[in-house]
Amino acid sequence: MATPTDSSTETGAETGTETGAEERPSMDLLRFATAGSVDDGKSTLIGRLLLDSKSIFEDQLEAVEATSQSKGYDYTDLALLTDGLRSEREQGITIDVAYRYFATPSRKFIIADTPGHVQYTRNMVTGASTADLGLVLVDARQGLTEQSRRHAVILSLLRVPHLVLAVNKMDLIDYDQATYDQIRRDFTAFATKLNIPDLEVIPISALKGDNVVNRSENMPWYQGSSLMHHLENVHVASDRDLVDTRFPVQYVVRPKSDEFHDYRGYAGQVAGGVLKPGDEVVVLPSGMTSKIEAIDLFDEEIGEAFPPMSVTVRLADDVDVSRGDMIARVNNAPKPAQDIDAMICWMTTEPLRPRQKLAIKHTTRTGRVLVKDIQYRLDVNTLHRDQETKELGLNEIGRVQLRTTVPLLADAYSKNRTTGSFILIDEATGVTVGAGMINGTA
Amino acid sequence: MTQTHADYRLSQLDQLEAESIHIFREVAAEFEKPVLMFSGGKDSIVMMRLAEKAFYPAKIPFPVLQVDTGYDFPEVLETRDHWVSRLGVRLIVASVEQAIADGVVVDDGKTSRNRLQIGTLLNAIEENGFTAAFGGGRRDEEKARAKERVYSHRDDFGQWDPKNQRPELWSLYNGRIHGGEHMRIFPLSNWTELDIWHYLAQEQVEIPSIYFSHQRRVFQRDGMWLSESEFNPTRDGEEVQERTVRFRTVGDLTLTGCVESEADTIDKIIDEIAIARVTERGATRGDDRFSEAAMEDRKKEGYF
Repeated sequence: MATPTDSSTETGAETGTETGAEERPSMDLLRFATAGSVDDGKSTLIGRLLLDSKSIFEDQLEAVEATSQSKGYDYTDLALLTDGLRSEREQGITIDVAYRYFATPSRKFIIADTPGHVQYTRNMVTGASTADLGLVLVDARQGLTEQSRRHAVILSLLRVPHLVLAVNKMDLIDYDQATYDQIRRDFTAFATKLNIPDLEVIPISALKGDNVVNRSENMPWYQGSSLMHHLENVHVASDRDLVDTRFPVQYVVRPKSDEFHDYRGYAGQVAGGVLKPGDEVVVLPSGMTSKIEAIDLFDEEIGEAFPPMSVTVRLADDVDVSRGDMIARVNNAPKPAQDIDAMICWMTTEPLRPRQKLAIKHTTRTGRVLVKDIQYRLDVNTLHRDQETKELGLNEIGRVQLRTTVPLLADAYSKNRTTGSFILIDEATGVTVGAGMINGTA
Repeated sequence: MTQTHADYRLSQLDQLEAESIHIFREVAAEFEKPVLMFSGGKDSIVMMRLAEKAFYPAKIPFPVLQVDTGYDFPEVLETRDHWVSRLGVRLIVASVEQAIADGVVVDDGKTSRNRLQIGTLLNAIEENGFTAAFGGGRRDEEKARAKERVYSHRDDFGQWDPKNQRPELWSLYNGRIHGGEHMRIFPLSNWTELDIWHYLAQEQVEIPSIYFSHQRRVFQRDGMWLSESEFNPTRDGEEVQERTVRFRTVGDLTLTGCVESEADTIDKIIDEIAIARVTERGATRGDDRFSEAAMEDRKKEGYF
């Protein structure tokens, strides 16, 4: 029976010299969400990123070439690479969020590719929820459109910390600097109204490859980096909160075996801060205090745990802890709260209305909520707050007051995207109908 | 993993592991009767490893289900048995042969064993009352999978409705199901083929020997090298010869082709994949080649 143990001892010294079997495990990860319509060349751009990073294989490319040819196109339609479902190919539209993967020697990338038109808000919110960076495409000939503003608003609401505006199709305007400058000025002015800590505006041609992987010779006036260079180097490690310790308990590990007779560990994924053995901690919502005895990562005791590690925490005292509880620091813990003020993106056809009752999932905690009030509906195109309409329709976003049956152990979403987010579930159908971002609690 | 991290950074592989372990624990906490679908392939080996880590030092709190096509590689079954005994988990084998005998699925001589697995699997899920079934599917494998959720809802016929999937946000998974329905769970959604190999290299766990280069009697069919076997009689003009090969995927041996390769260690396999120009399924899976939408169709019916 072959095992890698055998094989690695055989090869020993030559490990990792060729393709970096050594360097790859240290690669980091960037998740980004793309937004744009069929017409601004988003699929072409993604196709190019995949192609130029050698993430597309011959058989995939051949299939796409054959389809392009049979449809009588002049060039290979890279967009075909990303249209996964048959009904999408038939209708020539993208229906759903699709996830794509590529890697360069320093970073692995996960793209949440969201459609521009159909169900755009629901899909963009979904794609943006896990993204470190948002990539918005505009057609240089069109300039900023209502749609590009809308995309920026959604990325900002979801607190995606980095944003790139790719001004595409520069080749079709003769790489004109003035047009690029105008779009950049318009967008920067608009962005001041939003929460966008980091913004880059990059002139590209997805079709021709200008400034996608390599700096373009057609735009010597542009001094910034290529899109790929930016994606590879944007600093995401500091986006996490390493100060405020938040550990939602997911699962209680009790082996009940002879060897680990008294073992009782609280498993979960660190949502914020750094946990260390010896830390004085409080268990919420009970308020009981204890000390971290040890932190287990599989069969190893580790000295520190930080986001997004999945670990098992053991406490020094025999306190009552179960799923849905949270471990935090004695002097830095969220206050259990049942009145929630949140932005909600509504994702189903039957509108959200006051007095409605729904199920909620927040970290590892589930309960029920009553919709107390819909304060306003946000027009994601104009940022206008409509206080007249007391309901939220499909793909609408608004500010809502909720009352929960169980206290939530929550932070503001602006502070922590894990402890500040929740989903709403229709109890009859079981379907996820809303996504919430907490403004504050009382 | 070192004791402390001066810069509090996790490698992407550690991040993937943490995310997958989170998913395993979430399912174990929220579902009444989960089961882990185990094929013996490299992806399901990674699944077993992650499940082991998620609940350690407790045992994996759910059984393992294997659909036996009757045409499985003996090396794969051997690896399966080693894993099952090492982890002390309960193994349930759902046999396609038995399902044919019981009339659960119909062997018309034309339908591949791979396709007959669907009915066998759904029957096993229903009979045992499983509410969640972990699968090793990855989104990078195939276009239809790129849009599948981590929690993939199946109706009471076990079918997937790609146009009506639940939105999946943050790491907040919605496990609500009605009686008769179940959820397919894909903890490896965000892993790529290379990630799987790097993880296997890092973890140093046992995988089936057929992944490594070896001598095998093979013949060529439809541009693929297939293994000589009593289950796979050669047809006119097909000539059996000995070649140095390895398998990139494991499945029904009548359909799973091997590639000529000298890669006899994981590092060499990684090198080989890094320069490979054909997807693993396109290269070696007869079942995915029949149409561009082959995988989508099988998934809708209830495939892994």
